Amino acid sequence: MTTVAKLIDTTLCIGCKACEVACQEWNDQEFTLGTFDGTYQTMPDLAPNFWNLIKFNEFERDGQLSWLMSKYQCMHCADPGCLRACPAPGAIVQLKNGIVDFVHDNCIGCGYCITGCPFDVPRLSPVSKKVYKCSLCSDRTSVGMTPACIKTCPTSCLTFGARDELLRKAEIRAETLRADGDADAGIYNPEGVGGTNVIYVLREASAPQKYGLPKDPTIPWTLSLWKGPVKWLGSLVLAGGILGTFFHYIRFGPREYKDESDRPENPAV
Amino acid sequence: MTNGWNDIANADVILVMGGNPAENHPVGFRFVMEARLKRKAKMVCVDPRFNRTAAVSDCYVPIRSGTDIAFLGGLIHYALSNGKFQADYVRQHTNASFLVKSAFGFEGGHFSGWDGGAGAYDKSSWQYELDAQGFAKVDPTLENPRTVFQLMKEHYSRYTAEKVSEICGCSVADFHKAAEIICSAATEDRTGTVLYALGWTQHSHSVQLIHAAAMVQLLLGNIGMPGGGVNAQRGHANIQGATDMGQWNMLPGYLRIPRANMATLDAYLRANTPRPLRPDSLNYWGNTPKFMKSLLRAYYGEGQNDFGYGWLPKIAEGADHSWGYFFDEMHEGRIEGLISFGMNPVANGPNTAKMLTALAKLKWMIVVENFETETAAFWNAKTLAEKDYPVAGQPADIETEVFLLPASCFAEKDGAFVNSSRWLQWKEAALDPPGQALRDQEIVARLFLKIRDLYREEGGKASEPLMAMRWDYATPHCPSLVEVARELNGRSLVTGKQLNGFGELQDDGTTLCGNWIYSGSFTEAGNQMARRGQADPTALGLYSEWSWSWPANRRILYNRASADGKGQPWDRTRAPLRWDGTRWSGDTPDYKADAAPEAFGAFIMLPEGVAKFFTPELVEGPFPEHYEPAESPVDNALHPEVSFNPAAKVFTGSSDKLGTRDEYPYVGITYRLTEHFHYWTKHTAREAPSCSRISLSKCRGWPEKNIRNGDQVRVTSARGQVEGFALVTKRLRGLNIGGKTVYQVGLPIHWGFVGRVRGPLINNLTASVYDPNSGTPEYKGFLVNLEKV
Repeated sequence: MTTVAKLIDTTLCIGCKACEVACQEWNDQEFTLGTFDGTYQTMPDLAPNFWNLIKFNEFERDGQLSWLMSKYQCMHCADPGCLRACPAPGAIVQLKNGIVDFVHDNCIGCGYCITGCPFDVPRLSPVSKKVYKCSLCSDRTSVGMTPACIKTCPTSCLTFGARDELLRKAEIRAETLRADGDADAGIYNPEGVGGTNVIYVLREASAPQKYGLPKDPTIPWTLSLWKGPVKWLGSLVLAGGILGTFFHYIRFGPREYKDESDRPENPAV
Repeated sequence: MTNGWNDIANADVILVMGGNPAENHPVGFRFVMEARLKRKAKMVCVDPRFNRTAAVSDCYVPIRSGTDIAFLGGLIHYALSNGKFQADYVRQHTNASFLVKSAFGFEGGHFSGWDGGAGAYDKSSWQYELDAQGFAKVDPTLENPRTVFQLMKEHYSRYTAEKVSEICGCSVADFHKAAEIICSAATEDRTGTVLYALGWTQHSHSVQLIHAAAMVQLLLGNIGMPGGGVNAQRGHANIQGATDMGQWNMLPGYLRIPRANMATLDAYLRANTPRPLRPDSLNYWGNTPKFMKSLLRAYYGEGQNDFGYGWLPKIAEGADHSWGYFFDEMHEGRIEGLISFGMNPVANGPNTAKMLTALAKLKWMIVVENFETETAAFWNAKTLAEKDYPVAGQPADIETEVFLLPASCFAEKDGAFVNSSRWLQWKEAALDPPGQALRDQEIVARLFLKIRDLYREEGGKASEPLMAMRWDYATPHCPSLVEVARELNGRSLVTGKQLNGFGELQDDGTTLCGNWIYSGSFTEAGNQMARRGQADPTALGLYSEWSWSWPANRRILYNRASADGKGQPWDRTRAPLRWDGTRWSGDTPDYKADAAPEAFGAFIMLPEGVAKFFTPELVEGPFPEHYEPAESPVDNALHPEVSFNPAAKVFTGSSDKLGTRDEYPYVGITYRLTEHFHYWTKHTAREAPSCSRISLSKCRGWPEKNIRNGDQVRVTSARGQVEGFALVTKRLRGLNIGGKTVYQVGLPIHWGFVGRVRGPLINNLTASVYDPNSGTPEYKGFLVNLEKV
């Protein structure tokens, strides 16, 4: 199956927030009234019922102001930290098309995925005790529709399609920007997580932090052990213990008590 | 728009000034982005605020609110003095070569003919030199000092980059950078567009401002070109349609409402039918008798009384009944009743306290609305917002009887929206109006029929026009909009067939047409507005089979000017029209379809036959001149003794006050936010959270350093006050105006004293100051003070 992806060309984003509204509408989520914090951001951060946030980042250099608008949501990593961290079988799945989806029936609300995510995306609901994030509209894409945010984007800043194709498109766009004088233009598709299925075109690619994106995101090394060597080692210890008990029984038989007073009374009660 | 939304994608240069399309027209902004992607278009944004449009522009220039004419005048000077204009276009398609009367001049802030006593101009010197046949004299070499070209050059020689910087507060370097990008469109193979909105129209010199933009575009050869034009982005889905159907001084199709001195139809037609000013002028308004007589047929059928002209209401000679004037009359107690239909004057009008006082003088008011608006609840302002309206009357003391009639919203009725591109797009009703709400046409029709019955039964003054009105709809109490649309298109009274266009209109009473510019929208072939064809043979995004565009389904106005005198397109890769020796093809030509290129001037609607740098029609001068707003932090740097537009209308009644710069040192500007739709979203359940409170943008470097983000502040003007949260931002900066730092306060408008989310009306602060040509209030650039609460 083709890996799908979302391309975000930040040079075309006007911060209209149509994608935010589309996301809320499609996923049938209520807006919560935020507090006034002096920015144009709808919410200060993502929330269990708010999966798609336009960040408004302001910078000033040599008297020139820049107001960078960028979309913030699940990156659908090729090597998802959340999936690595998740102890509940089937709670986080990576679909064959690359979408990383949460299956809430299986979620135990432990929140390990939150620590596992290098982009700080999943949010734990204090009400349902389950974790939520963007599903890249897996319910739409599975029936051949584009994700809600992409369908609604008025400036074609967002596109959806086969990952390889979008990567090529992004490369061409970045090249054009560089040729037109934006020497630092480039793509954001970080290697540390095996690449992401949400790809950005940035005018200042050497400073993704300006767009609210981590510079070199990686999965915590403890997590690579957690389901790798540690898990294997743990299983080995467990299996060794069981085998040891078995052979101990075969070799020495059941425990014998010298007299009846040593025997524990009705241990089952 | 002279062009249209899609057409922006054809531009090489985009000047956004007096508008903020990225925030207020985000869907249409896709075409700006398309131009940047496909044509590598450069965008210049000139605005007091570093807004979302500025954030994605190639060049942002901050200016002080109310100084746009100075900036555009600077562009005119830059283009003329650096030879960066399309000389062949200017010679061929404008009145640059026309000779102006020797008495015309400009001195010390006044054009010739100023009459201080009357407070108005005698415009007799603002005329062309005419020859024996009554045609304007011209000098094609443009060298005669009395040519419009030389006069224009001289007039704008004062607008140097340094002067622009002194007035506007932008740096000379920023101005030059912008001017260079904008004037790069002067070559034949490059085109630039101008996008504007209420940031231009809401000044005491707004019409002149747009005239200045047109002058820049004419100099650069951008009018009539794909990717060019002067493009107004309308603020509502159907505001263009509302304008097309008439205003206080206009009948449908921009025909003037008769004045009292035009007693007969003949007198009206003589006064309103222009004569050609050049031998090759097609002078299309010469057909005014056909338009007018067909309209009168639509109003009064085949009744007598001079085509029914005798029944048509007439305005007293010289009288002005635009917004400011009629609310002033109401304020003085001279108006008895008001029908406020889909309009919220208390929120929309300047100086809210004056609006409230005015409405309280009415005997009755009918409000037709989807919600209870501030206008419907005006009598309760004292209870709902006493802090803002300490002098408002007690509800018990207000005797105005208010009727609130529930209306239907856009999705509950069919009909056409006329968008900014002048496209009439037909839509179907999605659902029925809820409860007792009725469709607009039913409310109008029921009122009309009831009033007519009352006159019939009880008699009354001047009932004859009412009785004579044609009303032969199949369902008189609720005419179908298809029926009305067919009437607007017009039909032959001989054959009974729908007309194919206004070319078929007659001046002998054999045609009926409700709005001549809409003729062709509903023909025998059916409803053209409902068409959804997507063919684009020119690949210019004209989409001539998608809906229907007025006039004559023409997508680019003045498109004949996209070619030279011989009909050769200036830019072969971008030609909306082609002349094959016998006919023009492509877009509907803005020209006679089978006339040779040399036969007529390209601007067929103007008596000159060419476009005008010099316009004798406007009230305050034939050339745009920089005047300060009525309330300004500085004197006019060009002529301090005539600082303000001498012809603008400033009301001085008991509710009208102007503030001084000592008391109110900051410049206030109003604007809208993406997150809201006008005064509607405050009535809905789903609010964009962070923006559901009032926010006052405040400049960096503000003198009162103790104001922080989120602080409660009070903004006051000579008219009133508002309170809200402060948003302290670098996006509004203090500007150096001739050595003085001027700070600006941005005030988003979306709140009011009724609705789910309430806040003060920003118009508590604005002044009753109006543009003398359009009657639009000066909502941008008034003086305020600001303090922490």
